[in-house]
Amino acid sequence: MSDTPVAEMSFEEAMAALEGVVGQLERGDVPLDQSISLYERGAELKKHCETKLREAEEKVAKITLGPDGAPQGTEAL
Amino acid sequence: MVLGFVDLRSMVRGKTKQVWRDMSDLFEDPTPEKQTSGNAPEFSVSEIAGAVKKTIEGAFGRVRVRGEVGRVTLARSGHMYFDIKDDRALINAVSWKGQVSKLAVMPEEGMEVIATGKLTTFGSQSKYQLTVDAVEIAGEGALMALLEKRKKALAAEGLFAPERKQPIPFLPEIIGVVTSPTGAVIRDILHRLSDRFPRKVLVWPVAVQGDACAPQVAAAIEGFNAMTPGGALPRPDLLIIARGGGSVEDLWGFNEEVVARAAAASDIPLISAVGHETDTTLIDFVSDLRAPTPTAAAEHAVPVRAELLAWTSEQEARLTRALTQGLSRRGERLRDISRGLSDPQNFVNTAQQRLDRWSSQLDLALRTEVSRKRARFQEHAGAIRVASLQGGITQRRADLEKLAERLASAPGRYASRKKEDFSKQSNRLRSEIVVRHVREASRSAEGLFQRLSDRATRQQQDRLQKLEALDRLRQTLGYKATLARGYAVVRGDGDLVTSKATAEQAAALEIEFADGVLVTGQAGAPTAQPAGRKPKIIRGGGEEDGGQGSLF
Repeated sequence: MSDTPVAEMSFEEAMAALEGVVGQLERGDVPLDQSISLYERGAELKKHCETKLREAEEKVAKITLGPDGAPQGTEAL
Repeated sequence: MVLGFVDLRSMVRGKTKQVWRDMSDLFEDPTPEKQTSGNAPEFSVSEIAGAVKKTIEGAFGRVRVRGEVGRVTLARSGHMYFDIKDDRALINAVSWKGQVSKLAVMPEEGMEVIATGKLTTFGSQSKYQLTVDAVEIAGEGALMALLEKRKKALAAEGLFAPERKQPIPFLPEIIGVVTSPTGAVIRDILHRLSDRFPRKVLVWPVAVQGDACAPQVAAAIEGFNAMTPGGALPRPDLLIIARGGGSVEDLWGFNEEVVARAAAASDIPLISAVGHETDTTLIDFVSDLRAPTPTAAAEHAVPVRAELLAWTSEQEARLTRALTQGLSRRGERLRDISRGLSDPQNFVNTAQQRLDRWSSQLDLALRTEVSRKRARFQEHAGAIRVASLQGGITQRRADLEKLAERLASAPGRYASRKKEDFSKQSNRLRSEIVVRHVREASRSAEGLFQRLSDRATRQQQDRLQKLEALDRLRQTLGYKATLARGYAVVRGDGDLVTSKATAEQAAALEIEFADGVLVTGQAGAPTAQPAGRKPKIIRGGGEEDGGQGSLF
């Protein structure tokens, strides 16, 4: 069980961790105390994944280029 | 293309006809006066060259000429001279320094090209030539050959190696799209992205065909890479380079080396989606992933959010189920195991029963014991009478008083008796008597000691005298003293010789005088050797042996 704080995980990391936790718990060979802390971690990971999924927003911008071809800013597409 | 070529030829043919007509106008007028050729106007060489130049330039203007490139010379001045030929004719072509740098395709010998430029003359050498300002590859076959050549060169550099490919991020935060800002491609991409997983998208507008395409696309890839993550213009974590379908020529910008090199150098993972599924451009070989279409690129770029949400919920359900099952399984097992345990009350009950039994017996036993003790007590108590006890006490008290009286007088009596004894004895004790005794004893001791020492001295002197006398006697009695008076001792063969007969028999004779031994006859006879017997001989050689010898 990794010790990386859940809040710092990328979506992909959290996903992999959640998968691991579920698998471990489903195998059922975890001591009772540990299975409860595993469950709590799983719930936290799930929440983190869900937050990452829900906060997705669409934002499209076009880069405006200066006369030298370097990007200057953005404008709506 | 072939049509175009035919068109050009017919056009050229048309124009030529017209030129021809113009020329006929110029020269046909004096035809009636053919005989009077002497009157024909004269042109200088320069005039006719100038006229030809003017005519040719005016008649053709800008033309497109298709042919195979012949010998190519890049002069030190920066101008480029080359030939364009087909199976029957050859035309000189020149690109001035300023034009060379703008050429999209550098002519190479053997390349099938369409050169665009002005037809003009070079009067000083009676030549006509084409001033070329644009060169295109003519025909797909030629383009493909060129593409193959580039592919081989880049592959040899290892730019296509699979180990160079970077993984495409699972869920990029920002996606950079390099494409035309207008048209179906960007719409398709944005549409598919928002369907699957809305993300931040930065579009870098570029020309997707024509000469500007390649440098702009390369600059866009480099520009995205130069951005800082999280900056005002945040650096994307995935790039999509996209273009819709088109002819090989339309897509040609994506076959240019600058584009391929920029894509290969990109640190940001890059998906290429140029043209239709069947079109393969150079950038597809260096990109980290080749998508068959722009829509497919969007599909590769992001996962489907709805699916992920479903997945997340499913994980949660599995998590809860697994925990609940774990708990209920354990609970069941606990019940199973605890069935095996007998009721603890049973243990207690047995013990309780024993306790009850013993405690009831305890009461009874105590009562029995008390009554038994009481019986014994009464047995003995019966023998005791108060009166007899009191009688005993009175008798003992009288005895005690008597003894006490005696005890009080006893110490006084004993002390006075002892005092009497002591004064009697002390009267008899006198110090003068003791002193006298001591003095007498010491006097007699001195006398005895004097006598003892005198006696010892006398005895020692007597013994010394006796010893000296005896020594004198010993000297007179020894044979050595006799030797000094003129006698000698004769030894033969080690034995004492006392007769002439023995002396005659002896091999050698030793004669001992007072001052030494003389050896006669055979000196060192072996028989004279035994040393062990020598003291005996000497002793035996004495005149008086026997009793006197024993004195020594």
